[in-house]
Amino acid sequence: MNIVVCVKHVPKCAEAEIRIDPTGRDIEKHGLVYDINEWDDYAVEEAVRIKEKFGGSVTVVTVGPEEANSTLRKCLARGADNAIRVYDPKLVGSDPYVIAKVLYKVIKNLQFDLVLTGVMAEDDGSATVGPMLAEFLKIPHATMVKKIELKDHKAAIVHRELEGGLMEVVEVKLPALFAIQTGINEPRYVSILGIRRAMQKEIKVLGLKDLSLDESEVGYAGSWTLIDKLFVPPAEKVCQYLKGSPEEVATQILGILKSRGLF
Amino acid sequence: MPLDFYMVDELLSEEERLIRDTVRSFLRKEIAPLVVDAWHKEEPLDVRMIAKKFGELGMLGSFIPQDYGCPGMNYTSFGLICQEVESIDSALRSFVAVTSGLVMYPIWQYGSEEQKRKYLPKLARGEIIGCFGMTEPNVGSDPASMETTAKRQGGEWILNGTKTWISEAGVADIAIVWAKDVEDKKVKGFIVERGTPGFEQTSIIKKGSMRAGDVGELHLSDCKVPEENRLPKATGLRAALSCLDQARFGIAWGAIGAAIDCYKTALEYAKNRKQFGAPIASYQLIQEKLVEMLTEITKGQLVAWRLGRLMDAGKATPEQISFAKRNNVRVARFCARTAREILGANGISLDYSPIRHMANIESVYTYEGTDDIHTLILGRYITGIQAFRREM
Ligand SMILES: Cc1cc2nc3c(=O)[nH]c(=O)nc-3n(C[C@H](O)[C@H](O)[C@H](O)COP(=O)(O)OP(=O)(O)OC[C@H]3O[C@@H](n4cnc5c(N)ncnc54)[C@H](O)[C@@H]3O)c2cc1C
Repeated sequence: MNIVVCVKHVPKCAEAEIRIDPTGRDIEKHGLVYDINEWDDYAVEEAVRIKEKFGGSVTVVTVGPEEANSTLRKCLARGADNAIRVYDPKLVGSDPYVIAKVLYKVIKNLQFDLVLTGVMAEDDGSATVGPMLAEFLKIPHATMVKKIELKDHKAAIVHRELEGGLMEVVEVKLPALFAIQTGINEPRYVSILGIRRAMQKEIKVLGLKDLSLDESEVGYAGSWTLIDKLFVPPAEKVCQYLKGSPEEVATQILGILKSRGLF
Repeated sequence: MPLDFYMVDELLSEEERLIRDTVRSFLRKEIAPLVVDAWHKEEPLDVRMIAKKFGELGMLGSFIPQDYGCPGMNYTSFGLICQEVESIDSALRSFVAVTSGLVMYPIWQYGSEEQKRKYLPKLARGEIIGCFGMTEPNVGSDPASMETTAKRQGGEWILNGTKTWISEAGVADIAIVWAKDVEDKKVKGFIVERGTPGFEQTSIIKKGSMRAGDVGELHLSDCKVPEENRLPKATGLRAALSCLDQARFGIAWGAIGAAIDCYKTALEYAKNRKQFGAPIASYQLIQEKLVEMLTEITKGQLVAWRLGRLMDAGKATPEQISFAKRNNVRVARFCARTAREILGANGISLDYSPIRHMANIESVYTYEGTDDIHTLILGRYITGIQAFRREM
């Protein structure tokens, strides 16, 4: 089972104080901590587990500057075999469509049975790269994947997590792309020895030429969508009364905290 | 957000940063939630469980070569591990520094090949716990006056004495015990295993500091230890003191971790706490306190970093290590107290970390050479005159 996992090096915004930069289209990146996108962390772990069970290899791919190497190193330390990073200064401003196209150009030259991505990225939350990449690759895809059962090398049964706690089970022909939901597994902690080994592995760096991409196809020029404006909405004060027995109210409070990512 | 005002991160290698980040996220998720209750009830954290987890990550004996089942990292990485661990609780850093610097290091440096093969991999994996017995009821800062004795009898040594204030004494599977040979009056090191007849281990309770960790006593009464368990290359007190340098190095980094945690807690609090109609962070007196903390922490980070590089190059002197231990523990003590102050009444609640760090740091200030002793070490270095003992 050869698996390609697409990973993104993202600023950890959840606990940070976010400021809008002078362009009004991006956030102030200075001082933010970067790490692997949370969803991708689960995707890499899932890929490594599949590899451990069925053999094969795991290749991680990212589009990003040199700093993104640390995310790739973590993947290698966790058990990925190969790492590829695509970068060109002209890629700045690329929308999800361009990113999917760039990833496609990399992955079409690789041997794969499965492509895994996270459901979405923490920073832009677009949740579109996975499905678009699948379309570029002309392979089936499933999103919100919370469980993967491989029947053989020809098909997989995947469980998709829907709203309201529903689970949908679908059979998908391989090769396929699955966008992985958090909680599909419990990502292992990388050991220091694992990091040492990962530091010795090569990270292959590709530029636009290597992928026969023209400058006009990427960045702002190649994007189908452009960010018009980014702003922090004014805080609204809302008061919500919870009714019911103490137990019911407690359950509701827990639900609210969870939905806001506070618990 | 990490506190890195002088961009010390840029002075670290990618590998070092990755190790630090991995250790950090592991500790935050798995260990941090357990600390406050353990501290409050003085029910020390389950060090066996923690040792296994730390061992799996490679956090124990991280600077010892891979031949012995350790990660074979540099000292700076060891320092970074200590920093992250102590930002959670000093007792955990005690455990890491004692295991790495005071138990594994002496076995690695002064042990026989058989001892290294027998103990180091297990200690690295956290399968067994070690402790280091030097301090005695009558002997603290002046270990040369050690009263514990060792007497050779055929293929065995008979140990007698009491060691007190020993981290992990109650739980340890092996103790590195230092004792004076009655024949040649030299200090020798022994590996004493739990359960050896004449060897008793107890825990000290009602502590006002390091309540999340175990500290206790080792009692040796006609305790027979085979010659194979003597550290053959430890031929005097110098060997024991060289171990302290390792652990002191860990403290120099760890203290900064505690200081940063206090600073961050205070900053966050000051921005949110409103008095007289505005956040207290908007008042000059509070700002000055925050600036002092930031300044001291930043200087301490640079000292720790530089010392790491000197250790890695094999050039660090005991005086330089004393300097870093002394300075950085002072920084932590100052920051803990100042943060406590900024938090007002909440500052004395265990719901916030500063009061816990503040109490813990009192131990750190005293162990591994008290602040006074490091002052004297540096004083001797500067003047060439020792001021430890009266007779010159
Ligand atoms: C939580 C904790 C864990 C510990 N873990 C260990 C361990 O694992 N292994 C171990 O062996 N020990 C351990 N210790 C013991 C520690 O190393 C000693 O407490 C320390 O060395 C100081 O010794 P003392 O307490 O006997 O103080 P003393 O040496 O009696 O000192 C008392 C005071 O006198 C001052 N003083 C002493 N001599 C001089 C001098 N010449 N000039 C000026 N002032 C002086 C000291 O600075 C101090 O303020 C631990 C202690 C604590 C609190």
